[in-house]
Amino acid sequence: MTRLLRSPKILIGLCLSVVFAIVAIIGPLIAPFNPNTSVSTTLSVPQPPSAAHLLGTTQIQQDVLSQLLVGGRSTILVSLVAGLAATVLAVLFGVTAGYFGGWADDLLSMLANIFLVLPALPLLIVIFGFLGKGASPNDAVIGVIIAITGWAYGARQLRVQTLSMRNRDFVDSARIIGEKNWRIMGFEILPNLTPVVATSFLFTVIYGVGTYTALSFLGVINTSHWSWGTMLYWAQSAQAAQQVHLEWWWFVPPGLAVGLFGTGLALLNFGIDEFVNPRLRGGGSGGVSRRAARRAGLPRRPQLGLTPVLRAARRAS
Amino acid sequence: MRMITRRIAFYLVTAVVAITVNFFIPRLMPGNPVLAVLGRVQAQESRQAIAALEVQYGIATKTGLWGQYVQYWSHLLHGNLGTSLNFYPASVGGLIRAALPWTVGLVGVATIISFLLGTLLGVAAAWRRGSWLDGLLPAMTFFQAAPYFFVAILAVALFATKLGWFPPNSGYDTTTLNPGLDWAFLSNVLDHAVLPAVTIVLASIAGWIIGMRNMMITTMDEDYVLLAQAKGLPSRRVVSYAARNALLPSVAGFSLAIGFIVSGALLTELVFSYPGVGYLLFTAIGSDDYPLLQGIFLIITLTVLLANLAADFVYAFLDPRTRQET
Repeated sequence: MTRLLRSPKILIGLCLSVVFAIVAIIGPLIAPFNPNTSVSTTLSVPQPPSAAHLLGTTQIQQDVLSQLLVGGRSTILVSLVAGLAATVLAVLFGVTAGYFGGWADDLLSMLANIFLVLPALPLLIVIFGFLGKGASPNDAVIGVIIAITGWAYGARQLRVQTLSMRNRDFVDSARIIGEKNWRIMGFEILPNLTPVVATSFLFTVIYGVGTYTALSFLGVINTSHWSWGTMLYWAQSAQAAQQVHLEWWWFVPPGLAVGLFGTGLALLNFGIDEFVNPRLRGGGSGGVSRRAARRAGLPRRPQLGLTPVLRAARRAS
Repeated sequence: MRMITRRIAFYLVTAVVAITVNFFIPRLMPGNPVLAVLGRVQAQESRQAIAALEVQYGIATKTGLWGQYVQYWSHLLHGNLGTSLNFYPASVGGLIRAALPWTVGLVGVATIISFLLGTLLGVAAAWRRGSWLDGLLPAMTFFQAAPYFFVAILAVALFATKLGWFPPNSGYDTTTLNPGLDWAFLSNVLDHAVLPAVTIVLASIAGWIIGMRNMMITTMDEDYVLLAQAKGLPSRRVVSYAARNALLPSVAGFSLAIGFIVSGALLTELVFSYPGVGYLLFTAIGSDDYPLLQGIFLIITLTVLLANLAADFVYAFLDPRTRQET
């Protein structure tokens, strides 16, 4: 665990994720204003940040900071539900396909491949378009619908890993003891797939944030339901980026929030990848920090075919 | 060529699935949203429009579900995607045909630039691991994680509104120019396309760079690369040997990426009010224009499948192993 935390990518990613998790939990409670109420009836242009409104106001004088804090909960909740549901689907489909093989594998792989090439966003737009914009949306339902289009990539990864594990000795011995298939899959194989499941979960949460934000930005989901995408929808319909006095405080915070949340998760993902495959680490020579490499007398530039590891460098110094 | 025929069969199946899903979505939704729209348009649209809509969505017709499905296919195969509600009496097919060249031109060119540039940078980043290119990775991760349309909004704010280098919206200067094959029009189109294209490249390039970098690092540990260097071949040759083989997964990954890029590009069009399919989609959402919405979904899906098929052809051309008759 401490070895995991030593990677700067994982550390930064973890910090960002924790900050956003806190925003999701307490955001609506600490919002200074109601995101729907106009704080002034006399002003008709968005006001820049001030002491009263730290992130300024929108065209109809709503407090941007409050919208950001309230909208964070919905955005993060939807993406987490989407990630969770998609990962469950990916494990069910991927591990089953890889474990059983044969026609079950052919069928499930085909299904996954179809979902992989179908452009997800247009499909979701059609689904949400018919669900009706007027209906008051439920974050959990939105998340599950998004997950329907996001499970296939993880399923494919998991299937390949399961295939490579299917004929290992420990699986064979479990089979000989007479363990049930579902037990072998769930308790023998699945624990070995933890890194793959983790990256697949993070990947689909990123996918969930992006997709949910895109859908609410397009206005397919009720535009009075506050999320970061809805904020961008209103900023875009008021042409905030095209005004002579650039109304940056209106569209930069929600977009930055989505980007940073996604970056945090992506960094965690890269960190796990590098933990599993140390060769991917950048900086200095392979996995060794620049200073350690110099002290150990390693060449500054990594050489082909040689991937120095920290332990070797330590012994050399 | 067995691989190609198998892929073609797969894309055909996928197309049938997409078309079938498109048929069933409006029929499975709770509370029949089409009826609500029908009630609203009744006042303004002619009887013909309502009749056409009723046929398309199987309302008040005697035909069963199977009959409707067969009829839907027959309409599709005749190129009939229905009539738009918002732009009545324009046909959905005609509207999409007018918008499609803009999207294909913009997204196609931007995707190819992004792929080529990203792959080259990925090779460079892998070769000079630990150089300044690695420092760019976190910034690129942000661009990849941030939604395309947010990058687009920032680009409009900075380069169009603040600096005034590029026009902020639309595909060409609609007030002074008429579409035609003359220099004034074409240069104007190009001028309007630069900023959206740069946005799409910026938002999509990180994936290619990171993918190629990671694949190159794995390939560079192969024995044949070591041998090439041991023989004393110039670095450029060695890199090109490694890059050729590392490129294959990147080309194969194209099919996964293209759907994402097209979806992102549609939203970019919306920010720039670019007269393509994405903008049309936005107007369709805003006006509950269901026939147009569904038509656009179908066309986008079929276009993406065609792009995938093209990528598979390139892959078969690059990798001789797939061409082997087994």
